Amino acid sequence: MLLEDKDRIFRNIYGFHDWSLKGARLRDSWDGTKFFIDKGHDWIIGEVKTSGLRGRGGAGFPTGLKWSFMPKADPRPSYLVINADESEPGSCKDREIMRHDPHLLIEGALLASFAMRAHTCYIYVRGEFIRERERLQAAIDEAYAARLIGKNNIHGWDFDLYVHHGAGAYICGEETALLESMEGRKGQPRLKPPFPANVGLFGAPTTVNNVESIAVVGDILRRGGHWFASLGLPNNTGTKLFQISGHVNRPCVVEEEMGIPLRQLIDEHCGGVRGGWGNLLAVIPGGSSMPLIPADLCETLTMDFDSLSKLKSGLGTAAIIVLDKSADVVRAIARIAYFYKHESCGQCTPCREGTGWMWRVLDRMARGEAEKSEIDTLFDVSKQIEGHTICALGDAAAWPVQGLIRHFRPVIEARIDQYQKAHKQAAE
Amino acid sequence: MAVRRLHPDQPHGFEFSPENLAWAKATIAKYPPGKEASAIILLLWRAQEQAGGWLPEPALRYVADMLGMAYIRAYEIATFYTMFQLSPVGRKAHVQVCGTTPCMLRGSGELIEVCKSRISEHQHELSADGDFSWEEVECLGCCANAPMVQIWKNTYEDLTPAALEKVLDALARGRQPVAGSQIGRRASSPEAGATTLVDPSLYDGTTLGAWKKRFPELQEVGAPSGEPGANEKPKE
Repeated sequence: MLLEDKDRIFRNIYGFHDWSLKGARLRDSWDGTKFFIDKGHDWIIGEVKTSGLRGRGGAGFPTGLKWSFMPKADPRPSYLVINADESEPGSCKDREIMRHDPHLLIEGALLASFAMRAHTCYIYVRGEFIRERERLQAAIDEAYAARLIGKNNIHGWDFDLYVHHGAGAYICGEETALLESMEGRKGQPRLKPPFPANVGLFGAPTTVNNVESIAVVGDILRRGGHWFASLGLPNNTGTKLFQISGHVNRPCVVEEEMGIPLRQLIDEHCGGVRGGWGNLLAVIPGGSSMPLIPADLCETLTMDFDSLSKLKSGLGTAAIIVLDKSADVVRAIARIAYFYKHESCGQCTPCREGTGWMWRVLDRMARGEAEKSEIDTLFDVSKQIEGHTICALGDAAAWPVQGLIRHFRPVIEARIDQYQKAHKQAAE
Repeated sequence: MAVRRLHPDQPHGFEFSPENLAWAKATIAKYPPGKEASAIILLLWRAQEQAGGWLPEPALRYVADMLGMAYIRAYEIATFYTMFQLSPVGRKAHVQVCGTTPCMLRGSGELIEVCKSRISEHQHELSADGDFSWEEVECLGCCANAPMVQIWKNTYEDLTPAALEKVLDALARGRQPVAGSQIGRRASSPEAGATTLVDPSLYDGTTLGAWKKRFPELQEVGAPSGEPGANEKPKE
């Protein structure tokens, strides 16, 4: 069963309708906001906890629980920071929210900030999303003009919302790197603890949430936490924006229920894998950092946090990169390795040196110019990077390489054989 | 990490235009007193726009002075964040080709070949007439519309080599090509037409106020039951 239209939260994800306040109001945005705020901080957090919403930025941490970590009585100001530094290869959903349904995000920002007793919220938009942040700013200006937000607004909770932006650094999607960047420094992650809920932006209590996590809050409160929890699977509730790219007939972004079978998602919304389901080689199920899954495991795969982690992969941002049999899987992963080499912030040695090393080895392996014993060495080095860095970029760089070796070792070996055979012949 | 250095030839000075100066002051005010440094990326970006698409060294010092920061802190920002161009770019277009895996799978390699043959052999090199330059960049977040390029503020998506040539032709003639998908689809909707969001009642306000049914305190005595568009499951 596919998700019914009436249960969709992102009703203007393609921008067929009016993005502005007038259009957004017809799609229920800002309907009942004052009533929900009058219900109190704890009621909102309770509803979000009931909904079972898990963070949509990749890690899948329960959002309501995260909010409850914020101090209730602290002399310092509290901040909500919304992470719109969407940069994980394969991910392209927050962009659509910001440019086509910005009021969902703005209303969610007010509700979430109120729940956490924050009067100020910053949205950190990746630098490349220039048109998106112009649109978002225009919507924020509308909200100020209508006194939906700002000082002495009609909701009775003073609230300022600012758009901030980056300038092309993937690492700033890591929450503490994002905070460093917002304070005017290089985006190099901080050691935790202290966690941002205690010492975050400007040394004050801060929660960092993904755009999609915040944008669904208004509808969760309107329709009820139980409604959201009734969709999807236990512990993997609600709807989710899936982004399908690569070798499908019609790549797209689409909102579906959590736990939708992968095959149904691709067949119903993307017109199938290019050349038919039988032509599928593998999928990268959650953005480039998630280990790939070979075709034979895709048949019965459902798209949710728990079933993917059972396969030693993950849902991540639900960005699905499809590879058909024409794809050079070693080259595809080598390109991902190059990405992490390029985006490593340089702070921790295992990542700074290791990402470049892995890329150089994989680049040779893609040509077959390697020894078979190097496959084990590569796996071993990836394990020395994983878990030995301040932030998860080291893990994110190691996992795709491990996934490649786990599932496609024979392909690498055949490539090496082929290369050695060709060069032996040339030498003779 | 990438090694990035300032360009050897630099102009003598830099200062914001009056409009940009006023904008900069308003931007700095978005951050708490004492936290002016937060505005550095935003100010450097505006400086890059004013300077013609690249960031000259005097602009780094100018912005650092404005924010009360040591020059080295501004240099660090400029070299760390790769959207800051440290050498001059094409006057008409600096083409940023996304080369990461989702775009690679759909043919970004061919787009890079177009840039090499048409603009310059190596990235970050100006074309002979100085009008164009190009570089391969990492994922620009338009993966469902791959392959794509970004030129200044706009993205050009669902490209083929021929479509990219057309975009560059238009820019060369001083025209503004239509941004977004080059195959005519709307944003990231499926090419053959949307498979979802076809129910008109999502857009005509039918569902407004439906949330009230969930709250007993909002139920008026004797109010008609079953409001139109009530589309939720009752709270348990």
